Amino acid sequence: MTEASQGKYAIECKHITKAFGNVLANDNIGLHVKNGEILALLGENGSGKTTLMNMLSGIYHPDKGTIYIGGEEVSINSPADAMELGIGMIHQHFKLVDVFSAMDNIVLGTKEKRISSKILREKITQISKSIGLEINPEKKIYDMSVSEKQTVEILKVLYRGAQILILDEPTAVLTPQETDKLFAILRKMKEQGCAIIIITHKLHEVLDISDRVTILRKGQSVETVVTKDTSQKELTELMVGRSVDLEIDRPTTEHQETVLKVVDLTIDKPDGSNAINDISFEIKAGEILGIAGVAGSGQKELCEAIAGLMNVKKGAILYKKENILGKTPEEIIKLGISMSFVPEDRLGMGLVASMGMVDNMLLKSYNNKGFFVDRKPAKKLAEVLVKKLGIVTPSIETPVRLMSGGNVQKVLLGREIESRPNVLITAYPVRGLDINSSYTIYDLLNEQKKKNVAIVFIGEDLDVLLELSDRIMVLCHGEITGIEDAEKTTKERIGLLMTGAAEEGVSAHAG
Amino acid sequence: MPDSKKGKEPLLRTVKREEISNKKIALLRIEALLFAVLAGGIFILALGYNPFLIYGTIISGAFRSSMAVQGTIKIMIPLVIASLGVTLAFKMKFWNIGAEGQIIAGAIFASYFALFHSDWPHAILLIVMFAAGILGGGLWGLIPAYFKSRFDTNETLFTLMLNYIALHVIAYLRDGPWLDPGAQGFAKIARFAKNASLDKVFGVHAGWIIAIILVVAVYIYIRFSKQGYEISVVGESHDTARYAGMNVKKITLRTMFLSGAVCGLGGMIQAAGSDITLATSVAGGVGFTAIIIAWLSQLNPITIVVVSFLFSILEKGSSVIQSSYGLSTDCADVLQGIILFFVLGCEFFIRYKFVLRSKGGDR
Repeated sequence: MTEASQGKYAIECKHITKAFGNVLANDNIGLHVKNGEILALLGENGSGKTTLMNMLSGIYHPDKGTIYIGGEEVSINSPADAMELGIGMIHQHFKLVDVFSAMDNIVLGTKEKRISSKILREKITQISKSIGLEINPEKKIYDMSVSEKQTVEILKVLYRGAQILILDEPTAVLTPQETDKLFAILRKMKEQGCAIIIITHKLHEVLDISDRVTILRKGQSVETVVTKDTSQKELTELMVGRSVDLEIDRPTTEHQETVLKVVDLTIDKPDGSNAINDISFEIKAGEILGIAGVAGSGQKELCEAIAGLMNVKKGAILYKKENILGKTPEEIIKLGISMSFVPEDRLGMGLVASMGMVDNMLLKSYNNKGFFVDRKPAKKLAEVLVKKLGIVTPSIETPVRLMSGGNVQKVLLGREIESRPNVLITAYPVRGLDINSSYTIYDLLNEQKKKNVAIVFIGEDLDVLLELSDRIMVLCHGEITGIEDAEKTTKERIGLLMTGAAEEGVSAHAG
Repeated sequence: MPDSKKGKEPLLRTVKREEISNKKIALLRIEALLFAVLAGGIFILALGYNPFLIYGTIISGAFRSSMAVQGTIKIMIPLVIASLGVTLAFKMKFWNIGAEGQIIAGAIFASYFALFHSDWPHAILLIVMFAAGILGGGLWGLIPAYFKSRFDTNETLFTLMLNYIALHVIAYLRDGPWLDPGAQGFAKIARFAKNASLDKVFGVHAGWIIAIILVVAVYIYIRFSKQGYEISVVGESHDTARYAGMNVKKITLRTMFLSGAVCGLGGMIQAAGSDITLATSVAGGVGFTAIIIAWLSQLNPITIVVVSFLFSILEKGSSVIQSSYGLSTDCADVLQGIILFFVLGCEFFIRYKFVLRSKGGDR
C-alpha cells in the first residue's frame, strides 16, 4: 500500500457519524494519518474514540461518512475486510487463545495454507527482529506477562501485513518501563512507513510519542494539533472544553490508631492458583493507602477477602484488633467496612444495572426488620446524593445502566460514603472517568480522609497514586514488593517495584 | 491492491433503537397482532375456508354462551397460576422450564389425599390437599435448585428432564398402585369423590379465586417485599448479591421452592377442580405455555392475567372450530403458532430496526 499512496493519506475519514439508539457516539468526525506518522487520538471517556476505531477495524459500520485507504474509498464490513485493507487493531483487552503458543495465535484466522512450523518460526522471528522485538514463538500465552501478550498482538497484525496500526489504550496495563519499550517499537514501525493511531488519555504519553493529536469531545473532532507545538495544558483544555486545575490535594491529618491490620495473609483463587502470597500491612485512620500494581496482581482478591467475599487460606485480617475472617459479608458491612470495587465493566459488582438509584441505595441496607422493603429513606438518600454530587440523571428511578460512567461511579461511591464507613476500600474508582469526574471523586475521598476514615485506594494511574496517597503499597504477583512514602518516592521506583525488579531496601517487607 | 476494495455495504443491517415510548410499543404490538391475523387468514384461505368465518367462530366460540365463557375461564386458571410460578424463577434468571413437572408433582401429592383420605371432612381435606400440592411442586422445584447451587448444574436441562420423570410417575401410578379397580382393566385412576373436589363458585371451580389471590400476592411479593428485592438482585448478578451480604444459595433455594409451589398448587387445582381425577394430561403443556405467557407479560403479574385470557380465547375458540368445521387440531395449532411468531417477533422490533443500504441511516 505504501507505493500506491505516496503523497496521499494512509487513512482518511470524512464526516463519520454513528449513533447507538439516541446517543450520537460519533458526529461528523474527520481525521487523517500519513504513512510514517503517529497520530494520537485524545478524548475523555465517552467522547467516541473507541467507536471510531471500531468502525475502522470493521466491527461497526458508520451510519454516514466515508473512509479512504490510500486515497480510495472503501467500505469495511468486517474485521476480515479491515485486515485485507491492511488495518490492524490492537484492542485494550487482548484477543488471544491462552492455551495456544504465540506462533499459533499469530497465524490464527489468516486464510493462508498451513505452513511448516519451522518456516513460520523463521518468518515470525524475522518480523520481530525488524522492529526490535524479542519473542519466543513457542511460548504459550498463559505463560506470558501482559507486555509479552501485547507483543504477540502487535506481531499478529504485522504478520498480516498491516500498514495501519490502531492501538486502543495500549499502556493502560503496562508499567512505565514497559511503556517505554512499546513506544520504542512504535517509533521503529513508524520509520518503516506504518501509519499508527494510538488512543490514550494520558497526556504525557501523547506528547511523548505522537506527531499530531486529534482531539475528540462529545463525539465530535474539535481540533487537530501538531504535537511539538502544544502543551499538556492546551490539550486538557481542548479535551475538557475549558481550563482545569490539575493539582490533587493531599490534606494532612493526624494519623491515629491502626484500624485495619492484615497479617500474613495468603489467598488462593478458586482454581487453586495463588492470588495473594503471605502479605502484611496496616492502615491507619485518616490515611489513604494507595495500592499500585499491574492489573491482576491480587488487588481484586485482597479486596474481596477484606469484604468477606473470598475464602482465605492463611493469615488474619484484624479490624480494631478483632479478627474478621470467617464473618459473613453482612456482618463485615455492619462493622463499618465498606468496599467499592469498580470492575472493568463498571457495573459488575456493587450496583444493579437494571435498577434505579433508589433501589441501588437499598442494596446494603435493605435488610432491616419486617417483611417489606422500606424505600422511603433510600429515596431521600438518592435525592441527597443527586444534589450533593451533582449526579446527572433523568430521575432517581432511571436504571443506572442508562446513566453515564461518571454518574454511575458517583452513585456507587456516594452510597458507600453515606453508609459512614470506618474503612473505605475503593478499587479503580476513577476507571474510565473524565478529568472532571475524577477530581470530584478525589475530593470525596479526601473529605473522608479528613473525617478519619481509613482509605485503601487501588488505582491504575501512578501519577494520581503519587499525588493522592500518603503511602503506596506495591503488589506484584500477589506479593508486596514495597511500601513507599508517596511524598518521597518516584514514579520510576514504583514502576520497578511493580515488575518486582527492585531488590534493594524496602522490598523485603513482604517477609 | 484494487481488489481489496471489495464489498458494498450490506443491503440490510440492524440498528439499535432509542428507548421508545410505551405508546409506540403498544402500537407495535397491535400492528404485530394485525399482521398475525392477516397471515393466519391467508393460511385459512389456503385450506379453503373463509377466514372471517373462522376468526368469528373463534371469538364467538369463546363467548357464545355462559357455558363457553366458563370453559374459557377454566382454561385460563392453570395458565395464570403456572405463569406466576415461572415468573418468580425467571425474575431470578433461573430458567425454570419445569413448570410442567412441578404441576404434575403438586397434583400427585394432592391426589394421594383425594384418593385415600376422601372420608376426611371436606374443608380439612381440601386444606391438606392444597398444602400437599404446594409441597409437591415446591420439592420438585427444589431439586434442580439444590443441584444448581451445589454443583452449578444447568437448570434448563435439569428442570426439563424432571418434567418427563414426573409424567412417567403418573403413568406408573395409573398402571399400578393407583389403578382404578372399577375400571375393568382400563388404565386410569379413579375419579375423586365429590368430597375431594373443589367447589364451584359462579359455575367455575373455586380455582379462579385462588388464581386472583395469587396474582395479587405475587405482585406484592415481587414489588414490595425484601425477598422480592433479593430475587431481583440475584437475578442481575450473583457477585453483586454476595457483595451486598445476601446468601445467594438460600435465596435460590427459597425462590425455586416458591416457584415450584405455585405451579404445584396449580396442579392440585387442575386435578381437583377441572379433571376430578389424576390424569397424565393434568399439566397438558400448560407449563410450557406459561413460559411464553410470562415472557410476553414481561414478568408482570397483572399483565399475565390479560395475556392468559387471550391465550384461553384462542384455545377455546380453536376447539370450537375443530368441532364445527372439522378443522383438525393440528391446523388450530398452526394458527396459534403463526400468531405467536408475530407477537414474539415484534419484540425484536421494539429494540431494533432495519436500515436499508442506500439510505445510510435515517437520521
